[in-house]
Amino acid sequence: MLDDFVVRGVLAALGAVLATGVLGCFVVWRRMAYFGDAMAHAAVLGVALSLAFSLSIYVGVIITALCIALIFIQLTDAGQTADAALGVLAHTALALGLVIVSLLSGAKLSLSAYLFGSVLSVGITDLAVIWGGALVVLGVLWWQWSDLLTATLSPDLAYAAGIDPRRKELLLTVLLALVVAVAIKVVGALLITALLIIPASAARQFARTPEGMAVAAMIAGALAALLGTQGSLMFDTPTGPSIVVAAAGIFTVSIIAGRLRS
Amino acid sequence: MTLLAAEKVAFRYGGHNVLDRVTLALVPGEIVTIVGPNGSGKSTLLRVLIGALKPSSGAVTRAKGLKIGYVPQKLHIDQSMPLTVRRFLDLPKRVSDHDACQALETAGLTDLGQRQMAGLSGGQFQRVLLARAIIGRPDVLMLDEATQGLDQPGSASFYRQIEAVRTELDCAVLMVSHELHVVMSASDRVICLNGHVCCEGTPEVVSAAPAYRELFGTGTGGALALYRHDHDHHHHDHSHEAAE
Repeated sequence: MLDDFVVRGVLAALGAVLATGVLGCFVVWRRMAYFGDAMAHAAVLGVALSLAFSLSIYVGVIITALCIALIFIQLTDAGQTADAALGVLAHTALALGLVIVSLLSGAKLSLSAYLFGSVLSVGITDLAVIWGGALVVLGVLWWQWSDLLTATLSPDLAYAAGIDPRRKELLLTVLLALVVAVAIKVVGALLITALLIIPASAARQFARTPEGMAVAAMIAGALAALLGTQGSLMFDTPTGPSIVVAAAGIFTVSIIAGRLRS
Repeated sequence: MTLLAAEKVAFRYGGHNVLDRVTLALVPGEIVTIVGPNGSGKSTLLRVLIGALKPSSGAVTRAKGLKIGYVPQKLHIDQSMPLTVRRFLDLPKRVSDHDACQALETAGLTDLGQRQMAGLSGGQFQRVLLARAIIGRPDVLMLDEATQGLDQPGSASFYRQIEAVRTELDCAVLMVSHELHVVMSASDRVICLNGHVCCEGTPEVVSAAPAYRELFGTGTGGALALYRHDHDHHHHDHSHEAAE
């Protein structure tokens, strides 16, 4: 069954969206969309460096994304606004990645796969990495759920309960780097944020509790993954963008349904 | 026995001494109120005591295993987060329906469990924050300007609730407020803060202290009168309720 590239592609997409769906809720609640974007753009630099030093793409992406997050913390501590710091970092990383790739001969072709995704070309190893990473992300979120939620709601409430909100923020940053690595072959660096934001936003319409929203986001994401891959095969369109378009469709339906209900 | 103590705590921020050698101690069962003008470091002091800020010098000591129930000045719930009252009470730890119900009742609320936090009125919201804070039977209840956005009768009734909570849970209460007369009527001890501790004692002692009058003007003589008045009034109310 796993010999079929379509099956592998669908499974890879499902693994990625389960993780982005739940983590995306935190990104939405904490208004970290731009932060997620910066880390995803950093992934392009990560890919370039991996190609240059013949490293595993996944390792390169995670390390680069974490470095960008670290530099971001340094910059904001030094008085830059979060907005400006992220703007500088995201685009510097993206541009630097493109420049480095142009210096490597023969790497240009493979880079576009990481910019826009190439989920139908994932191998068994990729599949294992994607599902392994996704399960780690989901497991950690499950384990830390209550603490993360408290810290997200109010740092002071967390402190009073003996929870250090800065450590929880750091944890979310690490998970975000992991998710970027998990999703980069599915939708590509430029569209990863979409998989974080859109399913969670669609889920908001129907949820009464944070847990309900997380589950609904996973369902919305899975639906988008199935519809998107199906659509891309039918209309011969790129799979990653097709998944995002499907997610946008689900979001639109959710908004309309939400309006009709109220 | 001391539950929570600050020993010569100083906190510097931006080259400015927000807190200057503040020493205070809290014993079980007492209600202590910190009063002070805007920018006097009241909220900073509470945040140092809960561990959100590290003092620049001095030390905060807590009794072993001290449970703090904290009611923040304001809590913004992002509209992107769906949250029922019942689910909110489960933070940071899941609690039984029975405990949740009882806490809501103690805070003066009933039957709000399935409502969304975003749909509550200001008074209900503050009471839900209070309910959450008392759910684990804290040793110390801390409130930071907990009646912000409530009208005068609303905050008076909120502080009466605090007294009821103290009686029921037998916890110490440390609160910060700018509503002098309302708060003082419910306090055992008042600490007047302006970066440093200006004066402290029973409400009567503090209201009469020159340092306090200097900070709040002579008009506060009226506040004390109001305090007396309010106090009588409460008893009046209570006897009515008892009669009904």
